[in-house]
Amino acid sequence: MLSYALLSGITLGGMYALVAMGLTLQYGVSRIMNLAYGELMIVASFIAFVFMTALGINPILGLLIIIPLSFALNWGIYRFLLTPLVARAKNRGMLEVDSILATFGLLFIVQGVLLVWFGGNYYSYDFLNDAVDVFGAAIAANRLVALGFAVVIGLGFYLILTRTRIGTALRAVAVDPTSARLVAIDVNFAACFAFALGGAVAAVGGVLVSMFLTFSTSMGVVFTMKALIVVIMGGVGNLLGALIAGLILGIAESLVATYIDPGLTIAVTYVIFLLVLLIKPSGLFGRTA
Amino acid sequence: MQISAKLRIATIAAATTALMSTATLFGANAQETYRIGYAISKTGPGAPGAATSTTPNYEMWVKEINDAGGLKVGDKQIPIEVVEYDDRSSSEEAVRAVERLINQDKVDFILSPWGTGMNLAVAPILDRAGYAHLAGTAVTDKAPQLAQRWKNSYWLLGTGEQYAVEMAEFLKGLKDAGKINDKVAMIAVADGFGIELSKAGRAALEDRDFDLVYDKTYPLGSQDLATIVNDIKSLGADTFVAFSYPPGTLGLTEQSRVLGFNPKVFYAGVGTAFPLYKDRFGADAEGVVSLGGASENDPKIADYIKRHIAFAGREPDRWASIVNWASLQSLQQAIERAGSTDREAVNAELAKGGFDTILGTYKPGDQTFWQVGQWQDGKFVGVAPTSMEGAHELVFPKPAWKGAN
Repeated sequence: MLSYALLSGITLGGMYALVAMGLTLQYGVSRIMNLAYGELMIVASFIAFVFMTALGINPILGLLIIIPLSFALNWGIYRFLLTPLVARAKNRGMLEVDSILATFGLLFIVQGVLLVWFGGNYYSYDFLNDAVDVFGAAIAANRLVALGFAVVIGLGFYLILTRTRIGTALRAVAVDPTSARLVAIDVNFAACFAFALGGAVAAVGGVLVSMFLTFSTSMGVVFTMKALIVVIMGGVGNLLGALIAGLILGIAESLVATYIDPGLTIAVTYVIFLLVLLIKPSGLFGRTA
Repeated sequence: MQISAKLRIATIAAATTALMSTATLFGANAQETYRIGYAISKTGPGAPGAATSTTPNYEMWVKEINDAGGLKVGDKQIPIEVVEYDDRSSSEEAVRAVERLINQDKVDFILSPWGTGMNLAVAPILDRAGYAHLAGTAVTDKAPQLAQRWKNSYWLLGTGEQYAVEMAEFLKGLKDAGKINDKVAMIAVADGFGIELSKAGRAALEDRDFDLVYDKTYPLGSQDLATIVNDIKSLGADTFVAFSYPPGTLGLTEQSRVLGFNPKVFYAGVGTAFPLYKDRFGADAEGVVSLGGASENDPKIADYIKRHIAFAGREPDRWASIVNWASLQSLQQAIERAGSTDREAVNAELAKGGFDTILGTYKPGDQTFWQVGQWQDGKFVGVAPTSMEGAHELVFPKPAWKGAN
């Protein structure tokens, strides 16, 4: 029982982490509080659905198309929609407020377009749902795949950010965009790159999540909310933090559902969130400003 | 200068369009239309349910009538005109929209919004303004009292209790025949529907000497229910009952399949009777039990399903859609029988009943439809009440999951 609760908690947590990592990049480095984040995830879910049901392309292969596509889309969003906001913002607070308003509008546009194309119905498809035996517990293969992606993306980006030149530049922009300019970092490029990268990670999340969750055009906000909790808990801009925060939430939910009551899973999420905020307001891995 | 010139042209253009649209509005009014209004969840959490059970039926009904030249009122043919609002799945918004339909749009009839909460929210307003209320997607134990309090309201899907009792009675039959043990594992979504049905189900099952070995709720919106299924799997219950909402219903089925949890009776909640369920699980839908059901051998029902597919590009669900359609047929006949579009006359006809619908001779609010249904050979057929004509034999025990394809 315990091993199953832990394992299913880890896969659940992996999903939360996956959903949150794109947002932490966008918010941490580009300083864009992207409220349309969940909607852009759902777009990827729908593309995966169309690939799978109409074209017979499996979603994992579909990622080869979806990742560059969403990278380009988010690059475009940043260049055309958000750059003017960045240019006129006098400080971080102003950019946050402006970006919240702009992406709030974007949320409705994306949702409206999806609604016209797909209607309000639930969507779901069957892919990689076979049970895999992990230490005696049956776990759906698609959830393991999602967990695998979460770990690879989390660790991969952590290494890129800490060990490479471009990663160092991104971190510099995250810490202080003004001073980053002084050491010849192209801040605009870095911010745009991080935003697009975050969007691509979101799309990966959307595709993987669509393999095992039922989704609809109006579900984006659920993902945005969950991602926000994980991002803030893990420390804004910290991918490893998002991974660990996601896993903590997943395991806690799973243990509570097994040993106390499944009705309390949402409550425990917020209790942990609250505790982290009380003890370490900048998040588990966050720097104090 | 250039800008102001452009602006002027734009203003003139806008003014002309506005004028023209008022002109058409007056024109439309002059040739008389029957104005139908509704507020429905086009966006928000209620949207998928509305898009499955309600909106396609409304749209198809209007189109079929208008294609035939309109409603036959006396010796005239009156086309239907529709005023539609999005309530964004918020009951405040639904109330506002319905008030606007009454006071500003002055529509002749208002069709119901989607969901129990929404219908409860708009019911008093409709009643106060003298509009009939065909609440097509509300399940509430207060249904009989509400129908009394608001004279022109009809609670088409009845009470949670009736489904729970019918299910418990059916299970008792299986238990008495020695086919299942007395252990039942029950879960419910912590929202209106799940709470009402689990309350009624608990009482009904305990009255019939069932032992509830698991009885818990899960939060609304949660789809990750594998831990619950894993817990239940070890309890030795022959019967699994979930009063769930669509995302949970699909999640539970999926996770039961992955975990190889295959009780003799697998009862899942709202969403099971959706075509989505069959599309999603294919052959594994076989034997799953839920609320609702359709007599697909009945030519009227079969024809309705066929028309629905042709119109909406997908099948209707096998529970609320059918009842909704019967209520729309009733409304059409009430108007035609009244021979006038006068609201009071139409309301009076609605109250008389005796309409010829896909549910046979029907009065809105009649509970003459399947309470328990089961997927059999790709059709969601009715199995209880067993006294109803055309009741299918239960496929028992539920066949083993075949697994993902």
